[in-house]
Amino acid sequence: MLATLTSRRFLRSALPAISLVMILLPIFYMQPRTMSYFGLNLLLNLAIPIALATMAQMFVLTVNDLDLSIGSYVSLVACIGATWLQQTPLLGVAALLACIVVYGLLGALVHVRNLPSIVVTLGMSFVWLGLAVLLLPTPGGQAPGWIRTVMTLKTPMVPFPILAALLIGVLVHFGLMRSSYGAVLRGAGGNPRAVARAGWSVLRTKVTMYVMAGIFGMLSGLSLVGLTTSADANIALRYTLLSIAGVILGGGEFVGGRVSPIGAVLGTVTLVLAGSFLSFMRISPDWQIGAQGAILIVVLALRALINRRGSTA
Amino acid sequence: MQATSERLIRLQGVAKSFGPVRALAGVDLAVDAGECLGLVGHNGAGKSTLMNVLAGTLEADAGEIVIHGERRSPYNVGLAHRLGIRCVFQELSLCPNLTVAENARIIHPKLSGWGWRKRAAGLIVAKLDEIFPGHGIRADDVVGDLSIGRRQMVEIARAFTVSDRPVHLVILDEPTSSLDSVSAEQLLSFVRKVVATGLGCILISHLLGEVLDYADCIVVMRDAKVVTSRPAREMTRDSLVAAMGDVGDERVVAERPSAVRRRDAAPIRVRVRSRRGGRHELVAHEGEVIGLAGLAGHGQTDALIQIYRSSRRRAADTVVTGPVALVPGDRQTDGIFHLWSIGQNIGIRSLKRMSRRGLIDLAQERQLAEDWKRRINIRTPDMTNNILSLSGGNQQKALFARALGSDAEIVLMDDPTRGVDVGTKLEIYEMIRTEAAKGRTFLWYTTEMEELANCDHVYVFRNGRIVADLASDQLTEAKVLQSSFEETV
Repeated sequence: MLATLTSRRFLRSALPAISLVMILLPIFYMQPRTMSYFGLNLLLNLAIPIALATMAQMFVLTVNDLDLSIGSYVSLVACIGATWLQQTPLLGVAALLACIVVYGLLGALVHVRNLPSIVVTLGMSFVWLGLAVLLLPTPGGQAPGWIRTVMTLKTPMVPFPILAALLIGVLVHFGLMRSSYGAVLRGAGGNPRAVARAGWSVLRTKVTMYVMAGIFGMLSGLSLVGLTTSADANIALRYTLLSIAGVILGGGEFVGGRVSPIGAVLGTVTLVLAGSFLSFMRISPDWQIGAQGAILIVVLALRALINRRGSTA
Repeated sequence: MQATSERLIRLQGVAKSFGPVRALAGVDLAVDAGECLGLVGHNGAGKSTLMNVLAGTLEADAGEIVIHGERRSPYNVGLAHRLGIRCVFQELSLCPNLTVAENARIIHPKLSGWGWRKRAAGLIVAKLDEIFPGHGIRADDVVGDLSIGRRQMVEIARAFTVSDRPVHLVILDEPTSSLDSVSAEQLLSFVRKVVATGLGCILISHLLGEVLDYADCIVVMRDAKVVTSRPAREMTRDSLVAAMGDVGDERVVAERPSAVRRRDAAPIRVRVRSRRGGRHELVAHEGEVIGLAGLAGHGQTDALIQIYRSSRRRAADTVVTGPVALVPGDRQTDGIFHLWSIGQNIGIRSLKRMSRRGLIDLAQERQLAEDWKRRINIRTPDMTNNILSLSGGNQQKALFARALGSDAEIVLMDDPTRGVDVGTKLEIYEMIRTEAAKGRTFLWYTTEMEELANCDHVYVFRNGRIVADLASDQLTEAKVLQSSFEETV
């Protein structure tokens, strides 16, 4: 029993949960009122769109790529949600579908031409942002009522953000970690040659992952606009780095197809809470980004420690 | 050979080239059901290329592939899998981030739907139990956490698992290279057992004893061709070694025109005691060309790196006197700076000498480049062109110029003529010879037997140890092969 609890694998997967608890306890201690239904709702509301964006990033990271455009993509989706989807729903849906198709094509392009995904997605981030500015030059618009209804759902007992985050994590966990094609998808990140030798199309795995990223990015943008009710072309730019940090905090790695959906959700929640934690500590917002970075470094250092210990044992 | 046995595969006239290098020059091969075919040959004889063609991962340029009596064209991985051909590649082809069971699923498309994890786990564990009793591997172990030996066990067991399609032929490329002797024995007896049930098997191994004991028929490849194909019982160690080298000919490779230098007279430049023990130590004197021979990846490169390191930082087991330069063989990853000009690529090793007040003296850099362009005949109109504008052979020459243009007295060469055409090779040999005569010392790791003829002294490596120490007058191809394949058992 003790051996399992101190094994490298267990520690590695438990680390995201431990870091979450370590940030949650002081918050509860400093502000006991956050321990209520309403308090948790307020704390974690914004975690849902970030968690969805993190999932999108995780799909791309699984196949050893990096998506630097997810933030501006989410912004664009939010803008579409607040304008076309509200005024001419058909056009809005078509635009969202087109965005997902473009994501799939990007995956194919990166694979076929063997381009660095960082460059391609960095370029795309300006395209998405430009489209968003064209669509909504000044902040405004209005979210469709049904999205707002969903996002402000009052669930019994457990606040909606917690349920939603759990649902996202569990769904992706089953899709990516437990399904049989999920194994192939992750295998394509771990050893693409081996997967190709076994007769699978690596192109197909890449496109699948990028399409999934497009879908989850879209969900992220829609949920965000549901919370904020209006949109802005710059609304989600910081999601790019937050999503990468979330995946890494949750036990994912930049290369090698090692990811953990549940860990990534926990990582996202930790990052979101870190912001509130620092406010409760009366640290000025100017320092918050730096402090979030410090948290990231501490967790990564702990992970490196676990890995090293495991390899010498 | 039984008349009833069914022919599984037949390759006829299969040829494959990589650029100017001919990896397969018209190879014929046949495997029957219930037969274990042993395939041996020196590095670069074409074994791995042949197996890749058979597994469908490489497409042959010419020739036909007949499987189950039918000509297969086009032939690819998917078809190979459907026809029941499995391959255990030399470099492992498992996904390190997946569990053992998930890796089994990768090669079984039908292993999906509800409960696939349990079925995959059952499949692979049952096969592991059958081949390697007491293996100690669990289906939910992540492959990356397993030792290299256990990974190899998983890979081998996976190749024999059967879900919806039968397995007809399993290719084992160096299957025992990371297994301990007990597991190797378990594997080979398992192979005999399944071959008796009508499976075909191709066993590639550098351990001649394994091939002689366990194969029915042995095929020897040399220089991209099959040179011998005979039943195993008609072969012996010596006849195999002879077939891999020049058949029955005890030709002396080294026919050096120049007089053999008196070793003891010149001062010692390098002395290395191998970290893995062994009888011999590597000694290089001033003005000598020392060959490091043996099969690829048996510690020659490590020895070179060890020497290179200790030129910077003193180590107990290595003595190096004088500055060192390294000529890498893998140009693209270890050698050239892709975005720089030819001249800059040559000058990088001599920057200290060429800089004035912290800045590079451009006139001197140009001078050095032009100087070496002339001396070793780098074929380019302008040394300020990008290095990638050169052919592979000329890029390699530029790397030589980098080492020779520097102050290095000891030049380490890590298989530097890999993928270089014959003409350039001859120029490089000439260059080495001239520089050695001027007192430079060369340590030359090469996988090509003929190149050893240019060396004054040859050390043969096996498993990280020096197993033979041959002066140029005792050097024969047979001796090098003999010690490369010598067995510890």
